[in-house]
Formats: sequence, structure tokens, C-alpha cells
Amino acid sequence: MSKRILCALVALMAWLGMAPAHALTPEQAGKIAAGDSDDRVAALNERVAAGDADLVPFVQALLDDAVKTAGGKAYVTVDGKTVLAGAGTPATAPADAEDAVNNNRMRRELEAALAALGLFAKDTAARAKAIEGLKDGVDEAKLPLIEKALAAEADAGLKAQLALLRAKALIGSAEPAKRIAAAQALAASPDPATRSLLLEQQGAESDPAVKAALAAALDRVQGTLAWGERLGLLFTGISLGSVLLLAALGLAITYGLMGVINMAHGELMMIGAYATYVVQNLFRSHLPGAFDWYIAAAIPASFLAAALVGAVLERGVIRWLYGRPLETLLATWGISLMLMQAVRSLFGAQNVAVENPGWLSGGLQVLPNLVLPYNRLAILVFAGLVLAGMALLISRTRLGLFVRGVTQNRRMASCVGVDTARVDTQAFALGAGIAGLAGCALSQIGNVGPDLGQGYIVDSFMVVVLGGVGQLAGTVVAGLGLGVLAKLLEGWQGAVLAKIMVLVFIVVFIQKRPQGLFAVKGRSAEA
Amino acid sequence: MSAEMSPPRSAVGAPPQGGAASGPAKPVPPRPLDASTPLAQRRGLLLGTRGWTVVLAALVLFVAVVPVLNLWVPAGSALHVSDYTVSLAGKILCYAICALAMDLIWGYTGILSLGHGLFFALGGYGMGMYLMRQIGRDGQYKADLPDFMVFLNWKELPWHWALSDSFVAQLLLVVLVPGLLAGVFGWFAFRSRIKGVYFSIITQAMTFAAMLLFFRNETGFGGNNGFTDFKRILGIPIATGEMRVFLFALTGATLVGFYLMARAIVNSKFGRVLQAIRDAETRVMFTGYNPLAYKLAIWTLSAVMCAVAGALYVPQVGIINPGEMSPAASIEIAIWAAVGGRATLIGPIVGAFFVNGAKSWFTVAFPEFWLYFLGALFIAVTLFLPDGIVGLFKKVTEKKQ
Repeated sequence: MSKRILCALVALMAWLGMAPAHALTPEQAGKIAAGDSDDRVAALNERVAAGDADLVPFVQALLDDAVKTAGGKAYVTVDGKTVLAGAGTPATAPADAEDAVNNNRMRRELEAALAALGLFAKDTAARAKAIEGLKDGVDEAKLPLIEKALAAEADAGLKAQLALLRAKALIGSAEPAKRIAAAQALAASPDPATRSLLLEQQGAESDPAVKAALAAALDRVQGTLAWGERLGLLFTGISLGSVLLLAALGLAITYGLMGVINMAHGELMMIGAYATYVVQNLFRSHLPGAFDWYIAAAIPASFLAAALVGAVLERGVIRWLYGRPLETLLATWGISLMLMQAVRSLFGAQNVAVENPGWLSGGLQVLPNLVLPYNRLAILVFAGLVLAGMALLISRTRLGLFVRGVTQNRRMASCVGVDTARVDTQAFALGAGIAGLAGCALSQIGNVGPDLGQGYIVDSFMVVVLGGVGQLAGTVVAGLGLGVLAKLLEGWQGAVLAKIMVLVFIVVFIQKRPQGLFAVKGRSAEA
Repeated sequence: MSAEMSPPRSAVGAPPQGGAASGPAKPVPPRPLDASTPLAQRRGLLLGTRGWTVVLAALVLFVAVVPVLNLWVPAGSALHVSDYTVSLAGKILCYAICALAMDLIWGYTGILSLGHGLFFALGGYGMGMYLMRQIGRDGQYKADLPDFMVFLNWKELPWHWALSDSFVAQLLLVVLVPGLLAGVFGWFAFRSRIKGVYFSIITQAMTFAAMLLFFRNETGFGGNNGFTDFKRILGIPIATGEMRVFLFALTGATLVGFYLMARAIVNSKFGRVLQAIRDAETRVMFTGYNPLAYKLAIWTLSAVMCAVAGALYVPQVGIINPGEMSPAASIEIAIWAAVGGRATLIGPIVGAFFVNGAKSWFTVAFPEFWLYFLGALFIAVTLFLPDGIVGLFKKVTEKKQ
């Protein structure tokens, strides 16, 4: 209803005195509204090419089936008031007036006309939208319209886009010179649509000069597009790598430094993800206004939840199994089963929905065929921050000093007064907390369900093993490297074979360098 | 080399064992040797008189008693063994073989494999291929090819199905393929002295990769549905009571045979070296043994045992799919051995029956709590029962004496 009121208002404004020279006449309106489809389209396009702003409400009325025709004139009925189209004067439709019927073709034309007329809208965004809408179906018939809009356009960005649009329209021109110029103009716009347009033209072209110009343009476009694809692949690789890195950073502490095989690491990540889910729900029900910032509360919450569970595990189970890695492996596997089942009992076996905050949805358009999603960029940054935080913690704080001391020589550390049992608990809780952070990050890009951790446990162990035990730098290189490698292979052989190849690669790699990429010399390297 | 020399347990010096398993006087070996019977008594004789009686009784139970009670004792009788019990017990007997194989490699050699499910599944797939071909034209599509190939629009058998018509050839493949895989994998792994947790994780990655591979339709093993709907074996219908009991008896006899073989191995000089490798591999090397050949031999043998179990399992259960290769399935094998008691040969068999019996009871009675129970079992056994049920039993009887 409001649309109609708006239409009426626009019609009124138009009638009150806009560009009377070009105004739609009742005869023209009648021609557009009734008759043979071809004639109607021709009449419509003639007015559209003239850039007639009066046309907008009339076309809208036609699309809304609010037009009657009689005797070569059209009557528009909006909100119970009938006016004579083109004149705007109140009128009554004759008794024998028929509804203006639009078949599908006519409807398409009308919609296209409406879109094209958007080029003359007052609002910049509306004009940009109109250009975007015309991009795919432009042909030489629209040329006068585009020329007119180009002449009237003030915004530099939109002007460039219009010029491109003109080139697209011109590429089908009858004159070779125009076609060459158009090809050269198109070369400046590397997007997949341009590529297919150029390819299509190349097939149909007979003039050698134009053909050469097309080929040159195509080369440039394809060159840029190939870069976009390569960069896109690299980005997904790095993104996967950052996720693996986050998943492996916690393990780098619990396994790498403490030597504890924690098969429940994935489940600690799952706890972090579910903590995020709970915080999200709390924000939704109690603080809907601040929903976009729930993530700020979810990060510490997921860290604390996972760290707490980790501390309990260390005190309750793992403490008694130090020095028996195989037993630790089995016990922590048991813990992971129990945690998974506990989550199933609490939250159900189905995946739960964690929504991105508004500022994390969408993406950054770098190239026409390369969009970097904000949530993945955020995880990249987040992984970097966690890594930096962890490196600082280990190298600069008292806890880090104790952890290193206890790892290197437990007895000596104990002799100089370090409470080694407490350090163990703290270090394990820290590793678990980082797993929780990884879970919080994962909740932003993937499904959150009881099986979340299972998918990452093999991968993250691979990262730590590949990187070398006890080595943060190794973990970073291995995580990012494996991510990029996996994505490269995926592009080449598909996801499953890529995964298998990565696993085989790691198995072979471990043959050559059993202690990982960055081996520590000496005793502590013995797992 | 220098890394090899560090004593494995002193580096991380937290309390070594949870319970009071070892007395204060004697030095604590990491795990007591198989001390059930004095060494001298076992020389020459594989078992004592009591041992042979038990083995024979088990054999008679599997081959004669259960078949008679199932087939010829009427269903109303108190002595009747139901079909359900027979098929469940047959399945668990297969698991027991796996647990025994796991015990040889883990309990006696100290190598924890988290990839034994792969060998089990490979054996099962080897048998399954033959069973699929035995369906003949009785499948859904009435075609010569197995149904899933028709479904994938394949026109002829892929190369790795070339021998699937021959029972003998497939039986050979059941043994050879897992054996070869284990041999190659083990040779590379043991040669670079990958051990401990590294080895465990790599075997887990191996079975995980294989699972992904078998999930693909293109691999030619039926994708994630695997093989099912078997009709007959060697031309004999498979879904009859007689076949069920026969397969049960065969599995029981195989288990007894494997047990005796394992017994012979552990008591031989070869077995002694294996246990020495478990307890102090570096010292074994310093005394002039090359652990590679020993480890490789027992590892391959263990894999083949699992494969045989898999081949016996498939006709009884009637399905094989890549789920058997999931890391979780392999870890469960380890827990059977651990629950029953490592480094005893009867332990893994007891463990397999205990855990799987509990599983089939729980999943019917309290499906919600099965994973809690299994998880708690993992933790409890590692914390409180390092020698498993058999160890507990021994402790109790020793105290009485």
C-alpha cells in the first residue's frame, strides 16, 4: 500500500512541473499500455531512451495492474482516484475500458525499463543499484539511455561504471572502430561477466583488427582474474591455516610443553563454542540492544569455561598419568566421549545456531572475483593476537617462566621452590582455555555441534607433530603451511583426496624428520 | 642416538603409578612380566594341565555345546541358546581376536596401535567383495555387477575386483593386503624409530585417511554404504540358523587357535625379545638385537590376525562400511585389551566380552548412558586398574592366599 502512495506522490510531483518538454503524452501512454506487444515495447523503449522521469509511476502502475485502456488512452487508478496517464488530470475511465494486460515478455520489459530509469534517480545509491542491474543485460538499444545518464552523472565512480556499461553496449555495435574502443574500455574491468562477454564476442567476431583487440582485452582481464583466483585460494588456505593454528596452539602447550596427549582437546574447543552459544543466547534474551557485541563477552567466557574444565581434568585425571603417555591418551579419549555425551544431554544432539554479529557478516571486496569474508579475516587477526599473547605469556610472565622451568627440569624447579603441581594445573588450564578460544572462533565460521571437536583433533595433532614438539614457531609454520597445502591440493584433486594426500605427506615427512620441522636438540625432544 | 638414551620415565617425574600394585621391596618394573606361571613349567609345554583343560573346554563349548543348544534344544527349554545370543557372541568372538592381536602388539611389545580397525575393516572388505559377487543376479538391479556399481553406472568390474569371483583368492587377499600394508607402513615407521605416542597418532591418521578414501564412491567399495545384503557364501545361503552356528563355531575355533599361537609366541625366545623391547628398547639394542625385525614381524602378524577377524565378522554381521575404520573404532580395540588386562593373553578376550557385553546391554537399556559408561571405563581402567580385570582378579586371589 505504501508503495502505491509513494507512486502517487511521485506522480504528483512530476505533474507539478518537472521537465515538461519531455513529458509523457496521453497518446504515448496509450501506446505503451495497449496494442501489439512489439509496438508497446517500441513505444516504451522510445520513452525510456528519452530518460523520461514521468514514466516511472506509469510503468509502476502498469506492473501493479492498475491501468485501464480505452480509445488509445490509458487511465491509471491509484488509491481509488483515476487519472488520465500522461496528462495527470482526474478523469473517469469510459465504461468500455479494458484492463491493460501484460504478458511475461511485457512484464520483463517494464521491469527493465523501471531499472533503467533508476539511472536518473536522485539518490546516488539508487543510481548505483540501477547500473548494477543493467550490467548483465545491456545491449546497443540502451545506448542512448546510457549516454544520457553518463552526461548527467556527477559522481566520478558511477561515471566510470557508466562508461563501462557503454563499452558493454558498444561491443555489439556495427562499426568496427566502436567495437575496438569498447574492447579496450572493457579491458579495464576485470570481472567474470566481462570475461564471458569478451569470450562470446571473440567467437562471433570476424574483423581481424577487432579480433586482436578483443584478444588483448581478454588477456588482460584473464590475467587479473587469475590473480584474483590465486589470491582467493591463498586466502582460504591461510584462513584454514589460522583455524588449524588456533586449534593447535592449545595443544602446543599441553602436548608440546607438558607432554600430555590430550585427546579431549577437540572437546575443549567444543566447550568454548557452546560457551559462545550460551553467551549469545543470554545477550539475545537480556541485552538485545548489545547483541552485536556479544562476542566481546563470549571470548572470555569461552576461555574461562574451557580452562575450568581443563583444570578439573588435570587435577582429577591427568595428574595421575604423567609419564605414561599411552594411558593418558586412552583416559583423555574417555573424557572426550563423556564430554560429548554431556553436551548431547544438555543441548541436544543437533547442531545449535550461533549467529555472526552484524559487523562480522559480509566481506571485503578486493577484486571483482575475490571477496574476503569479515569473519574469516577476524579469525586471522584473532589467531595472531592469541599467538602473540601466548608467546608473551610464555616468554615474559612468571607463569611462563615456571612452565618452562618445570618442563625443562622438574626436580630442579621443585628444589628452588616452584610448586610444580600447581604450575601443571595452571599450564594445562591455559592450554584448555586457548582451545576454548579456538572453539569460540570456530563457532563464527562453522557448525556448532557435539562432534565439532572430532573433526579437528587429528588435524591439530598433525600440526603439532609436524611443527615439532615444544616449538611455537614450528606450530605456526606447520599450521599455516598445512592449511595452504590442503587448499592447494583441494583445488587440484578435491577435498577428500587432498586430505589423504596431506596425511600421507605428514607420515612421509615424519619418516624423514621424526622430531618435526623445528627439532629441539637434546633430551626434551624425546616424546 | 643421544635422545634414545634418556630414560623414558625419569624425565617427567610425577607419581608413576596410581595404585599400590607393586610392593615396596622389589624394584618397580614398568609393568610386571607375565608372571602367571613359572617359566620352567612353560618350557616345552605350552600350557599346564589346567590350561589345556580350559582351552579344550572352550573349544568344545564353541564347536559342540553352543551349536547343539542352539539348533537342537527346543526354544522353550531353559538350556536353549537363542539366535540373538549366538550372533552377538559370534560378533564378540571376532572382537576378541582383535583384542588378542592388539595385546600382542601393545601388551607384549609396548606399541599402541590406533589403526587396527583399518586392518579389521580391510579383512572384512576382502571377504565382503567375495560375498557381493556371490549375490549374483539376485540384487535390486538383477545385474551381474554389484548393485552399487550399477547405481554408479559402471559397466565392468574395476581392476581390484578381478579376483573377487574366487573364494580362495579373496581369502588370500584378506591376509595379504592388510599384511602388506602393515609391513610397508611398519617398515617405514620402525625404521625411522617412530615410537610411543608418535606412532599411535600416525596409525590413527592412517586409518582416518583410509576411512576418507573408502567413503568415496570412486574407490569402488560402495562408498559410505559399504557392502550389505549378502545372500550366500560358497553357494550356500548365508541367512540360515545352521550357517550362523557354523560361523560362530569357526570363529570360536579360530580364536582358540590364535590364542595357542599367541601363547607359543610369547613363551618363545622371540616373545621374550618382544617383552624386552617393551620394557627397555635401548637396552635391547645395546645387547645387539635389532628391534626392527621383531617389531615388524609382530606388528604384521597382529594386523593379519585383525584382518582374519574382520573376514569372519562380515558374514556374521552382514554389513561392512567405512565406519569400521573410524579412529574411534580402533581406540575401542585398545580399550578392550586394557580393560581385560594387558600382557596377559586371556585378558583381552575377557575385556572384549566384558566391554561389548556391557555395550549391548547399555545400548538397549540406557542408550543415553553408554558413552558415559565407556568414557568412565577408559578413565577408571587407566587410573585404577592398570592390569585390567585379570590383574584385579589375580590381586584378589593372591590376597586370599
